[in-house]
Amino acid sequence: MIAYSVRRLLGAIPTLLVLVSLSFFMMRAVPGGPFDKERQLPPEVEANLRAAYHLDEPVYQQLGRYLLGLAQLDFGPSFQYRDYSVTELVMTGFPVSLRLGGSAMLVALVVGVAAGCFAAFRQNSAADHAVMGAAMVGVSIPSFVVAPLLILAFAVHWHWLPAGGLGGGSIANMVLPVVALALPQIAYVSRLTRGSMIEVLRSNFVRTARAQGLSPTQIVLRHALKPALLPVVSYLGPAAAGVITGSVVVEQIFGVPGLGRFFVNGALNRDYTLVMGVVVFYGALIILFNLLVDLAYAWLDPKVKLQ
Amino acid sequence: MSALAPTRDAGVAIRGRSLWDDAWRKLKRNRAAVVSAYVIAAMAALVIVGPWVACFAYDFADFSNVMTAPSVATGHWFGTDTLGRDLFVRTLYGGRISLLVGIAATAVSLVIGVAYGAIAGYAGGRLDALMMRVVDILYALPFMFFAILLMVFLGRHLVLIFVAIGAINWLDMARIVRGQALSLKRREFVEAAEAQGVPALAVIRRHIVPNLLGIVVVYVTLTIPQVILVESFLSFLGLGVQEPMTSWGALVQEGSTVVEPAPWILLFPAVFLAATLFCFNFVGDGLRDALDPKDS
Repeated sequence: MIAYSVRRLLGAIPTLLVLVSLSFFMMRAVPGGPFDKERQLPPEVEANLRAAYHLDEPVYQQLGRYLLGLAQLDFGPSFQYRDYSVTELVMTGFPVSLRLGGSAMLVALVVGVAAGCFAAFRQNSAADHAVMGAAMVGVSIPSFVVAPLLILAFAVHWHWLPAGGLGGGSIANMVLPVVALALPQIAYVSRLTRGSMIEVLRSNFVRTARAQGLSPTQIVLRHALKPALLPVVSYLGPAAAGVITGSVVVEQIFGVPGLGRFFVNGALNRDYTLVMGVVVFYGALIILFNLLVDLAYAWLDPKVKLQ
Repeated sequence: MSALAPTRDAGVAIRGRSLWDDAWRKLKRNRAAVVSAYVIAAMAALVIVGPWVACFAYDFADFSNVMTAPSVATGHWFGTDTLGRDLFVRTLYGGRISLLVGIAATAVSLVIGVAYGAIAGYAGGRLDALMMRVVDILYALPFMFFAILLMVFLGRHLVLIFVAIGAINWLDMARIVRGQALSLKRREFVEAAEAQGVPALAVIRRHIVPNLLGIVVVYVTLTIPQVILVESFLSFLGLGVQEPMTSWGALVQEGSTVVEPAPWILLFPAVFLAATLFCFNFVGDGLRDALDPKDS
């Protein structure tokens, strides 16, 4: 297993290289730079600025410098936030985003699996159709539509929860963003769970368990849940990517100072290093997460051999 | 579906039921899918015809009615936005852009994906392994971030939106087409046709393409809502279509800033967007079930 993990991590290096080079060249290839302002800078000042950020070097040298920095976990200086390095910015934004995204993943898993099991046990009943209809709505409605609607209902209309901000990290401030992020994932997870649970419930070992007189709860907890969770586990990678993507807008809407907001502001201000830093960071995170998912999958499913 | 394909050539005397007849029959029985298809058709007709017959232009600012609630008396059926523009015509106009982007970007991803997948699948061997490794690498990248990067660095022209979204959305299509092509190549009915001396082009036309078509149609219907979603996402962040043009995502963004004083600015485009995505997903699911021969 350790050998497998090491090989996978080594295999991630070319992926990351492609990621870095692609975004690097994309950014440099296009006219317009971070120092293009309405007021023209004196040429000497601009030359100095460009020299300070090594923008006057040939592109391949810049890329080399960047890659060298990356190897030391140095993402370079931010072009927009003076006196901050991108590493510092990522480290301020990430804990906030992690808390938000992690909670959303947890909520999505628990609620989604529960709803999927519930529907699977009542296959083709009214309750099943109701749950799956709701899940279809959840799949179809993007989080940036759900989020303002949640604000409209719970913050503006009923005044139950705050409409945004961190509020010093209080739980009330987390509820709406977490729900907005989790809803689409709940929908996917419940659909997956229902499908696999129905299949597992038809299998021989469940029939045997039933024949032995086990109660439905016992059957699910002791026998059916583990195999039924396999598709859900393999969906965790895409789910994490979905939550990260969703967090970009959700953080924007709720005014949460996470990594997603840095990314959008950086993108709008052509803050090359910040944008690159976030993309590389999230890319590496997704790769790492996918490795963990594969390990978990092998642990859950004895038929899978890692090689 | 391949198991049913030979019935197409089953004989002249008995008219065999083709794969498509079967699928059509099954699809018609799926009430949710049929209703959804009608809703999509109605929506398309509405967004095409609506802006022509509406009383206002999409960029006309009615300064005597700024941010007014929906009312029949003023002629602003959906109310007006923060600049006094008629929300009814803007919602329909935004729908035009959203659907246009959805279809055009899907077409881009279709061309890239089918070509890439078909080449990899037919070639097989080392080229196939190399091409699929590239797809794997691209899969691991956070693709929405790439769309954002592309929009930032390419500029915000409508055509570039198609290209940017299409260019990142072809991976699924390539994988599916490649898998299908790979397995079709070795199927008995293809072998039988080849053994009977059917020319290669005819084999492709009669056996390969119809069998690929089904799965491609399903994925096209499922890709369109995905693409509409990506475009709305970009427009929501201010990276998509630019004012005074609009799309559902841009309208939702505008509405989300004024939910408190003017909730209708959010609600109408949100409902239109959600309904469209919902219906596309239902039709896609219905098509997938209908074209699946294992399921009777």
